[in-house]
Amino acid sequence: MIYRECGVFKANYRADMAIFPIPLDRWGVIIILFIAFVVVPFSASDYWLSSILIPFLVFSLAALGLNFLTGYAGQLSIGHAAFMAVGAYISLILYGRYEVPLLLSLLGGGLVTAAVGAVFGIPSLRIKGFYLAVSTLAAQFIIQWVLTHWEWISGGVFGTVDTPPMQVFGWPIDTPVKKYYLVLSVVVPLTIFGKNIVRGQLGRAWMAIRDMDVAAEIIGISLFWNKLLAFTVSSFYAGVAGGLITFTYYGAANIEAFNIMVSFHLLGMIIIGGMGSVLGSFFGGGFITLLPIFINQFAHAFGTVLKTDLLACLELILFGGLIIFFLIVEPYGLARLWRTGKDKLRLWPFPY
Amino acid sequence: MNKKNGNPMLQVEDIHITFGILKALNGVSLEIHKGEILAIIGPNGAGKTSLVNVINGVYHPSRGHIFFEDKDLTTLSHHHIASLGIARTFQNVALFKGMTVLDNIMVGRNLKMGSNFFSQGIYWGFAQKEEIRHRQEVERVIDWLEIEHIRKTPAGMLPYGLQKRVELGRALAAEPKLLLLDEPMAGMNLEEKEDIARFILDANEELGTTIALIEHDMGVVMDISDRVVVLDYGDKIGEGTPEEIRNNEKVIKAYLGTARQK
Ligand SMILES: Nc1ncnc2c1ncn2[C@@H]1O[C@H](COP(=O)(O)OP(=O)(O)OP(=O)(O)O)[C@@H](O)[C@H]1O
Ligand SMILES: [Mg+2]
Repeated sequence: MIYRECGVFKANYRADMAIFPIPLDRWGVIIILFIAFVVVPFSASDYWLSSILIPFLVFSLAALGLNFLTGYAGQLSIGHAAFMAVGAYISLILYGRYEVPLLLSLLGGGLVTAAVGAVFGIPSLRIKGFYLAVSTLAAQFIIQWVLTHWEWISGGVFGTVDTPPMQVFGWPIDTPVKKYYLVLSVVVPLTIFGKNIVRGQLGRAWMAIRDMDVAAEIIGISLFWNKLLAFTVSSFYAGVAGGLITFTYYGAANIEAFNIMVSFHLLGMIIIGGMGSVLGSFFGGGFITLLPIFINQFAHAFGTVLKTDLLACLELILFGGLIIFFLIVEPYGLARLWRTGKDKLRLWPFPY
Repeated sequence: MNKKNGNPMLQVEDIHITFGILKALNGVSLEIHKGEILAIIGPNGAGKTSLVNVINGVYHPSRGHIFFEDKDLTTLSHHHIASLGIARTFQNVALFKGMTVLDNIMVGRNLKMGSNFFSQGIYWGFAQKEEIRHRQEVERVIDWLEIEHIRKTPAGMLPYGLQKRVELGRALAAEPKLLLLDEPMAGMNLEEKEDIARFILDANEELGTTIALIEHDMGVVMDISDRVVVLDYGDKIGEGTPEEIRNNEKVIKAYLGTARQK
């Protein structure tokens, strides 16, 4: 009698519609937030903060953005890393060149990316499935090309733009802990916002379009606006994530950090983590970020130190294998496994 | 125009639809009056579904006009037609399979909801009040259709009969003025059919919804409809009260001539 739904009677719909309907879920979230904001910064090493937790959080945010588009609205995008690149360059230029405050620069990067995403979303009004996927692939290459060849952005061909020292409200963001807090304070509100979106009217419209667009339209859901909005919101999240990862992890905007492989990684995150699940985006982000470390540790346990190229190769093989595994065995990813486990626990020890 | 008892709610005038060389509807005219239950019957391939499709704007007729409350629907998009108060169900269930029953029916109220994006994201104030208000309406529909127990089940996991029921709920949740039902009882057993018939009658009497329904089961048609229209090969071959239709020579011939449905 620890974690269960029976015995929890919701007296009104407001309670039933709370983000986390079971008290323990709510407590779980409070505890996770407490750990994230209080415990981790004081106990995690600098290595963990800057090399694992920061990329985990930022990539989870980007995966969440992709999940809006692909998992919820059913529009496959295989060029999503390019949107991160737009956010990276724009927010860096705003901050470094025009001295816009850091948080506003991130916001600006997100907004410009949202506009770019909306433009690349226009084909989705005409084409679906495979053909749309190809058009998003084109987005990857077009954006990459523009970012590297437009002098205003990169300062020349294959330019890299370095991040200047960071400040928020006059405080220098110079240690891993501070960078971690910066990331957390962007990721948490955007995640809550996203959760509210997907369980509200817009999220339902997206899922309806995903499941059966003709019926959705007949009910009065505008395919035009909702698809465009899916691209816009999704790109906004990608753009913010792109800016954030550049400021707090890479230290410089470099187009290679957002190439097609990264787009595949993002897709892998939502496939493994769970399509159409906010929590799944974080599972996926964590899983993919930790994968190389797992492999390393594993090899370590057997007394071998892997060369980097072998490590990269193993990582790819595992990554590909896992994607195939999840697509076949559990299309809803880790999030569904988690739910199934919870459902079992909910009834435990008396399944009825 | 017909002025018998005020203008009818829906007027279909001389509608033609062709698919290649096939004439699915060949100059069909009919009227649906406010508050009635109209049954549309006819053998397989008669053009019944095509008629519903043309009323709610899935197909546009090559000739003819449709007026709903004196507004010309003929060239409007189905999105627009839905917003005027016409809802429908499909012959092959068209639920959103990955969404829960609750969410499916909530989607039915989409046109009635309108909080903005940011308000939805922050889920405070207007969006929250709106969500709760609509949830209450949807719960009423759920109670009424006796599907409380499957509220949180993904629609795709339900048996066929329940899916049809949920789809009826989704259409009713839109509080339409005119509800078009394409074979809502197809493939059901007697008990299920009786349930659906009762829901249709209730919707008509308690909510005042005007209903046009396509149905093959003559027993049901005779029991619940006020008027019947008979289609055959794209033509209207009969119209009248159930009693009149039962004794209509042409109708009997059409039915005996094709499938042997009673
Ligand atoms: N989209 C389409 N393309 C080509 N032919 C069509 C299309 N829709 C319907 N038809 C044809 O039009 C004719 C009328 O079809 P419709 O679906 O309206 O019949 P129905 O009366 O609903 O039949 P049933 O009782 O089998 O549902 C049929 O011959 C059908 O094959
Ligand atoms: Mg039909």
